Amino acid sequence: MTYQEFKDILYNGVWKQNTGVVQLLGMCPILAVSSSVVNGVSLGLATSVVMALSGAAIAPIRQVVPNEARIPVFILIIAVLVTVIQYLMNAYMYSLYIVLGIFIPLIVTNCIVLARIEAFAAKNPPLQSAVDGFAMGLGLTAVLAVLGAVREIFGHGTLLSGIDMALGESAKSLVITVVPDYHGFLLAILPPGAFITLGLLIAGKNWMNLRAERKLRGANAVAAPVEGGCSPASHA
Amino acid sequence: MRRTLAKASIHTALNLTVFALIGTAILAFTYSQTFDRIAKSVEDEKFRLISQIVPQALFDNDIIKDTLQIEPDALLGNDGVTTAYRARLQNKPSVLVMEAVAPDGYSGKIFMLIAVKDNGTLAGVRVVAHKETPGLGDYIEIGRSDWIKGFDGTSLAKSDGHEVVTVPDGGTGHARLPLSNLPPAQAGEGANASLRDFHFKDADWKVKKDGGQFDYMAGATITPRAVVKAVHKALQYYDQHHDALFAEKENAK
Repeated sequence: MTYQEFKDILYNGVWKQNTGVVQLLGMCPILAVSSSVVNGVSLGLATSVVMALSGAAIAPIRQVVPNEARIPVFILIIAVLVTVIQYLMNAYMYSLYIVLGIFIPLIVTNCIVLARIEAFAAKNPPLQSAVDGFAMGLGLTAVLAVLGAVREIFGHGTLLSGIDMALGESAKSLVITVVPDYHGFLLAILPPGAFITLGLLIAGKNWMNLRAERKLRGANAVAAPVEGGCSPASHA
Repeated sequence: MRRTLAKASIHTALNLTVFALIGTAILAFTYSQTFDRIAKSVEDEKFRLISQIVPQALFDNDIIKDTLQIEPDALLGNDGVTTAYRARLQNKPSVLVMEAVAPDGYSGKIFMLIAVKDNGTLAGVRVVAHKETPGLGDYIEIGRSDWIKGFDGTSLAKSDGHEVVTVPDGGTGHARLPLSNLPPAQAGEGANASLRDFHFKDADWKVKKDGGQFDYMAGATITPRAVVKAVHKALQYYDQHHDALFAEKENAK
């Protein structure tokens, strides 16, 4: 894999085809766990690892699996990986495991995982597929982090609360109280807050795209987009 | 045609089988490798929670192992069998930790762990799981506020200063409140119990808004109401079953 290729995949995954604000895949976890930075980033990273591993695991066997059996086989592999991660988190990050709860096993049903497998890993070598999966996951993590930060600041007046669940008791000092003695803004924490914030993020991304387009008018876009995704009807 | 179709089917089936076997093998291996660690995590977490509400000085037994299965009971609100933990000091019962459910939270059930000392005094209460409104009703969590500590040291009022007695049906002739399995208590009656002696009469087991003894935060009274009610009922359960709860010897797990 050339450096340029690597850069393109990364750019595509994190920014151009961002799962959260461009492809709009995997909305269920995005809206549900983004009530704080720590929750959002934790699930984002878990999803990234699953996507990287599933890309790496499926790309080498893409020629072995008969076409008609590929979806069940892919799902099987993703499910195995997710369950392994679930066991590991249950064993070594128990309190975080409790917080993320049902959303860890639900990574299996996250549309974005299978979408990238179908669109990328089934057609590309293992290394590229792993990078693609991880980059897509990072893009998702970034959206979850921003969403979590906005909702947490407006909702609770804090940042990084609950970090001790991920990094241990000693990390408690990392919690930042942005607005002391804040009484909370309920809407930001409730699901509508997630929708509104996500809508603003999408608008922001589109605005930046438009601006960049105007600047680049005439010039060709650099990256070759790898379109992928499932139909809107199947959004989990 | 027929042969190739059959061939393709068998090929696909074999393929699926092989992957299923590989997947199962990986899962079985991970499970066996993490099993002990997971069991330990769960136990540590339980112990961490229990040791928050049961003072270390009050027990010297292996509290996690000294358990008792509690059948569903209206006073505890549990639908299924729950596990109670028994703390003993020098083989004498000291504290019972049991699960209680408040069925009437603002959005669903509130699950609690309640520790009652041998003399009927609350050692502490913790909310284990709930779906109350974030930022509004969730001050019942210890991580959010100290509200739940308001139960520490409280107990049912003793009628003669010796035996803890629950009045099964209000006893005072007050009208029974609809939809309440509880001995009813009228607001106002608790008002003269201003000297907070922690032995609360039935009327005191309410939030202050309803004439009881327990604080609440403006904007969310349904949640604390449900919690107070559930704790009150759990204390009654403890009172009624005290001997049975500690009767069995430690059951080896």
